[in-house]
Amino acid sequence: MSIFKWKTDEFSWVDFTIDVLRVLIVLGVVVGAWNTLSSGRISFAQWVNLFAAGLSQGSIYALIALGYTLVYGILLMINFAHGEVFMAGAFSTVFLAEALNRTGFLNEQPLLAILLMILFAGLVSMTVAILLERVAYRPLRGSPRLVPLITAIGASFFLQYTFRGLYGSGFKAYPQVKILQGVISIGDINIPIVQIFVFCSALILMLGLYWLVERTRIGKAMRAVSENKEVARLMGIDIDWVIMFTFGVGGFLAGSAGVINGMFRPQGVNFFMGFIPGIKAFTAAVLGGIGNIPGAMLGGLFLGVIEAIGPNLVLAGLGIPGANQLKDVIAFTMLVLVLIFRPQGILGERLSEQKA
Amino acid sequence: MTRSVVSLIIAISLCTISLLPAVAAESCDDPLGCIEVVPDDPIVVGAMLVMSGAINYLGEDTLGGVELALLERDYTLLEREIELVVEDSLCTAEGGQTAAQRLAADPSIVGAIGTNCSSAAQGAIPIISDAGMVMIAPSNTSPSLTNDDIASGGSHLPGYFRTSQNGLIEGTRLAEFALLALDANSLATVHDGDPYTEGLSRAVADTFAELGGDVLFEGAVNKGDTDMASILTEIAVHQPDVIYVPLFEPESNFFAAQMQHIVGLEDTIIIGGAASFSSSFPDNTGEAAVGIYVSGPLVSGEAYDELLVQWHEEYGVEPPSGYHAHAYDATNLLLNALEAVGVAADDGSLLFGRQAIRDAIAATEDYPGLTGSLTCREDSPFAGDCSPGTALAVFVITEAEVYDDHWPPPVAWNFAIDSFK
Repeated sequence: MSIFKWKTDEFSWVDFTIDVLRVLIVLGVVVGAWNTLSSGRISFAQWVNLFAAGLSQGSIYALIALGYTLVYGILLMINFAHGEVFMAGAFSTVFLAEALNRTGFLNEQPLLAILLMILFAGLVSMTVAILLERVAYRPLRGSPRLVPLITAIGASFFLQYTFRGLYGSGFKAYPQVKILQGVISIGDINIPIVQIFVFCSALILMLGLYWLVERTRIGKAMRAVSENKEVARLMGIDIDWVIMFTFGVGGFLAGSAGVINGMFRPQGVNFFMGFIPGIKAFTAAVLGGIGNIPGAMLGGLFLGVIEAIGPNLVLAGLGIPGANQLKDVIAFTMLVLVLIFRPQGILGERLSEQKA
Repeated sequence: MTRSVVSLIIAISLCTISLLPAVAAESCDDPLGCIEVVPDDPIVVGAMLVMSGAINYLGEDTLGGVELALLERDYTLLEREIELVVEDSLCTAEGGQTAAQRLAADPSIVGAIGTNCSSAAQGAIPIISDAGMVMIAPSNTSPSLTNDDIASGGSHLPGYFRTSQNGLIEGTRLAEFALLALDANSLATVHDGDPYTEGLSRAVADTFAELGGDVLFEGAVNKGDTDMASILTEIAVHQPDVIYVPLFEPESNFFAAQMQHIVGLEDTIIIGGAASFSSSFPDNTGEAAVGIYVSGPLVSGEAYDELLVQWHEEYGVEPPSGYHAHAYDATNLLLNALEAVGVAADDGSLLFGRQAIRDAIAATEDYPGLTGSLTCREDSPFAGDCSPGTALAVFVITEAEVYDDHWPPPVAWNFAIDSFK
């Protein structure tokens, strides 16, 4: 199969334009990266710093993205309120974190305290996600696909302003855990301990989810419902319960991501904090192949790293001013490119019309 | 017939009633018209302050200053009760616009204190000016707000005054501080596109370059950015001695906290702006805040000490920021102007000429305020500036967690006392 469709098939201006776009993008990336790397402006240690920060940010995107992909896999709907599920856990737990810090428990028993916070945030987000499914989405099951999508957007605003009403509009910050401060030095390279913690915690949670889905009865039921609801029902699976459980698992992961994010970037906790990470995680899920669990993990990590090194590597090399301000542009350009060139995502499969 | 007569009497009565204010207003010969306060009605003072969001402490701080100035007069002026109407202007142009529209829609409002943020002022100024009103800002510093030259980015319009220092003055002093007090040879600046942060960054960079320093990097972040690694790495390429970062929270928290992990910026000094002059800045930033310089208002003197005593009696806590004295002065400028121009009409109403209020404030000269001797200027780029610019200092943060009685932090440089010579 040729790379350029128009050479083998009948000539099409659309295909030709897409191919030209493809070449220009590759050329831009190569030229930008070459200019930056050949100038030697940024040292190897600084690149490693950017990569490690990107990997940590990507781990958080991946955890949130799993919620999108689980729900999509089972219901074929995009839960646009999932960013707010993440916010619910993160915002609620900041008060617990402050209390643990005041009593000194946070720094006396840091791992236990963090585990406690993750469980609390997970439970809060799980509750919000289950309520969301029960109240806002279940009554609309079977409606045209646009209906739950609009409802999800409405639910997103509802959750934002509910939490603004509950906790106020000001910004909060997670207290810093002393054990996570400092760096691990290898030569000139300094990796912050907190970034290693973020990556490892996210990895443990992701492996836990993979085990749950692949190795347990409920996981098998989730996969069965995802394949065909009616057949799963005939096999005696309680569809409603499985869907609710799926929302709960996605919520728990999002809440956990909220606390891990609080360890990584402690500042800026407020009612609006879930919006951008939510959209980025959705991008990550699409990037990896929505509905595909390893795809969401990979998409999150990939997006985090691209966002972190892209501005300095490609945009600065092309002489684009204010490259750091275009970080979001890189993320959403990735989404557009994936939708143009590989709509099923990196690991996704083309869905048949029957399933889609 | 009888019905026609009754209808005629009712019509004449209605016309007479509707003409009454016009008759009363006849005695007003102000080119912008008058605000009429009928007998038994209060004099209504407006305020456009940031009452919600990340920096609502600034709104609370300045509202306290306004309230204490009113309390000092027992909420009474020209034998009338004073009523305060507070609108939340947020810290955005849209917020300022909405707050100004609400105040402008109320014909009883004699003038407004606010806004806190320069961005909010940009939204509010055209509306307040068009309505013939006045606004006196206690904490705006953007140079563009007092610049008449629209072509060069100025946005000053008649009716706008402020008691906070112009960013041009603050920028000049901070550049001198960096160059002469910190012995810095090179500088980087970072703003977020807000007129306040951009104006200050520009002023600091210009003066630093004029004084012979090297400005190595001038960049910006987006409001809402949480990842600063990219811009910090770019700054690290240039390795400046000082980074001037007048960002608001939480961007300033993210910037300072993430800088500690960037290779190449280990010895670089941060100078923050007054937007981060709050105990929440070190609280939210953590250990990385220690050693950061922050510019902010510094007011001293017996009269100010008395105000602080009053503050504690009234609110029982420390002022959350440093602009309450500026708000107190702003309120007094407005009340003094009202006192000077208020005229009692025959029917007992009070009349305030709108242009007369503007002229009275503009005529302020050597008024002994808490923040210094206030004289309102008319020359652009200082049109509407009433502050002498002396109540300013650079503080150095020494503690990661700050308690009420430890704020403000130690003064590193007091521009009213310390000299570079």
